[in-house]
Amino acid sequence: MLQVYLFIFLSIVAISSAMMVLITKNPVHSVLYLTLTFFALAGHYILLNAQFLAVVHVIVYAGAIMVLFLFTVMLLNLNKEGQFPKTNLIKIMAVIAGGLLFVVLIGSIKSSELTTLTNPTTSQIGLVKNLGKTLFTEYLLPFELSSVLFLSAMVGAVMLGNKHKK
Amino acid sequence: METAVTQLQMIPLIYYVIFCSALFTIGVVGVLVKRNALAIFMSVELMLNSANLLIAAFAAYRNDPSGQVFVFFIMVVAAAEIAIGLALLVVVYRSSHTIDINILNRLKW
Repeated sequence: MLQVYLFIFLSIVAISSAMMVLITKNPVHSVLYLTLTFFALAGHYILLNAQFLAVVHVIVYAGAIMVLFLFTVMLLNLNKEGQFPKTNLIKIMAVIAGGLLFVVLIGSIKSSELTTLTNPTTSQIGLVKNLGKTLFTEYLLPFELSSVLFLSAMVGAVMLGNKHKK
Repeated sequence: METAVTQLQMIPLIYYVIFCSALFTIGVVGVLVKRNALAIFMSVELMLNSANLLIAAFAAYRNDPSGQVFVFFIMVVAAAEIAIGLALLVVVYRSSHTIDINILNRLKW
């Protein structure tokens, strides 16, 4: 039962902080709430016994991407109040559309039957050893290609940033 | 009987489906509501993360390591995308001094 309680606690933290991302006006607070959501999701990965993914998630999202976001927010100086005015009509319409999407997703899942095959807490596939074995034997080529992707992304970002200097 | 006991103790897979659908829906509402391009990026991140968690959950319940490797690759691509996207946003802000998407509607037609 402890697992179910942990799952519900982490879900409540993740969903409420994800909603706070949308509700808060200040972009810096929004980024910090997003970090809280990512930590809750890392807890979910640990609950699934996927330690490798949990660690990568914390390093990539809570570390790198959040620093990038915060840096961009400070660089763009978005802290002025009332910079993005919006009508209530758009908000209401968007919430109704999102709610309908949620109902459709749940309704389409409800008709299908989900079978739970293995208990994730006893399966060992998410451990670093086993996942690394799969990554470096079966998926070695995509792994190496992703390094090329990263290099091109890095070069592209630097080129975009340098554009004004000429 | 053993399987029945373990199935009572574990979290049903439908819980993960409902939670990830809720997180995905919050991301969709964020994309629709927000006018700040940076906030739209954050909402896209929320959607990516909900999909990631669901793939990882399915992989863990099916005892299949390939799914979790795919989640790793999705994270890699998302990180590259965020780096490029934020660089683009900085360039757009430099040239037009705003990141309000209602003003940046040159690609609308």
